[in-house]
Amino acid sequence: MKSAGRAVMLGAGLLLLATQALAATSAPAAGAVPWWVWPLALFVVCFLMGIVAVPAGIGGGTLFVPIIGSFFPFHLDFVRGAGLLVALASALAAGPTLLRGGLGSLRLALPLAVLASASSIAGAMLGLAMPANLIQILLGTLVLGIVVLMLVSKKSELPLVPRPDALSQSLALHGVFLDGASGRVVNWQVHRTLTGLLVFLFIGVLAGMFGIGAGWANVPALNLLMGAPLKVSAGTSSLVLSLVDSSAAWVYINKGAVLPMIAVPSVVGMMLGAKIGARLLNVLKGSVIRRMVIGVLLFAGARALLKGTGIWP
Amino acid sequence: MSDPMQPIVQPEEQRRYATLLEWSTRVGLLVLVLSFAAYLSGLMPSFVPMDRLPALWSLPVDQFLAATGMPTGWGWVALLRHGDVQGLAGIVILAGCSVPCLLALVPVYGARRERAFAALCLAEVAVLLLAASGLLSGGH
Repeated sequence: MKSAGRAVMLGAGLLLLATQALAATSAPAAGAVPWWVWPLALFVVCFLMGIVAVPAGIGGGTLFVPIIGSFFPFHLDFVRGAGLLVALASALAAGPTLLRGGLGSLRLALPLAVLASASSIAGAMLGLAMPANLIQILLGTLVLGIVVLMLVSKKSELPLVPRPDALSQSLALHGVFLDGASGRVVNWQVHRTLTGLLVFLFIGVLAGMFGIGAGWANVPALNLLMGAPLKVSAGTSSLVLSLVDSSAAWVYINKGAVLPMIAVPSVVGMMLGAKIGARLLNVLKGSVIRRMVIGVLLFAGARALLKGTGIWP
Repeated sequence: MSDPMQPIVQPEEQRRYATLLEWSTRVGLLVLVLSFAAYLSGLMPSFVPMDRLPALWSLPVDQFLAATGMPTGWGWVALLRHGDVQGLAGIVILAGCSVPCLLALVPVYGARRERAFAALCLAEVAVLLLAASGLLSGGH
């Protein structure tokens, strides 16, 4: 147990060191470095991000765009295109298991995903039309906002939903799953469906604009606002992401903003790392990893903000 | 709370969606890795030479397209003989694999007279196809 914990802490530390080292070399010396160093470094950093993302309870896509956008020489257009694919591939890979275990609810995901997918297209078009420095500033602000959300947001394992609202009732937005930790069968239902739909409309815009995935926003919206159990919120968030990121990814693909040389090492590195992270999930102190990830995000968010304002180009 | 001894069976549409999603994702990831391996091995010529990439990947996408002549929309299909363009095939499969999964749910919901969910599946497919069509564009 201790060695696994040390391995992941070492991973998070290496991630921080790697990003700092890349920050020192990326801008002026990019031309002096052989081309293959960057995809290789991208694979290694994404592998490390994949390891720490799962125990930290955060999507790999949320780490990807601020870190790669701030410390690698790639333009933010390509980073956001790859970020959407990283989040999409992770969500697609996790989907079948979540659906079979009842932790992801297709019934709950579908109405939310239709609205969020449509708005993510608008977000992607808006993001690709904005100048890169403005996107960097907005991204930095958003990432620092996510850090605040991670620090202050409460979670409710099994929120109390005394009565489903009329819309939730008519769509039969309820389900059942076996909680592996407690051994209990949990029946659940949701409320505040209309407000939830409006919130997901806004989340879709952010997902498309920044290519950042949106698990950090989906889970609190499903759990704290709509009253879905925490595990169902996390699982359903993944299903919503698989649809929302698909539509936003198409906009980036059609605009030519997806470079296989950036996207493929990122997707493969993140998925391999996430497999190790998932295995270490039960033996790690999630709170320690979470604090380290918050530290990395703080650094990346500040870097994006400084890069966008031209203070640290 | 229900009896934990009773096995929980998820709804038919959820199990069907899970199976289709699992296989389509596997195919997408396999194509992604194989096509990228072929690209790196140099078995096929690159549309944009690899050693030119460091000078190009720091450009905004519009300037990158102007410098390379890479097409937008579905124009890449005509260039599939190039290793780097082939890398897009796996990416496109991953981005499109939810469409057949959603379409497979329509008859299930239809048979149960759940018209709202059949309509939601079709609406999501319409959104994905609209995004994939390339009819919507934005840019610097």
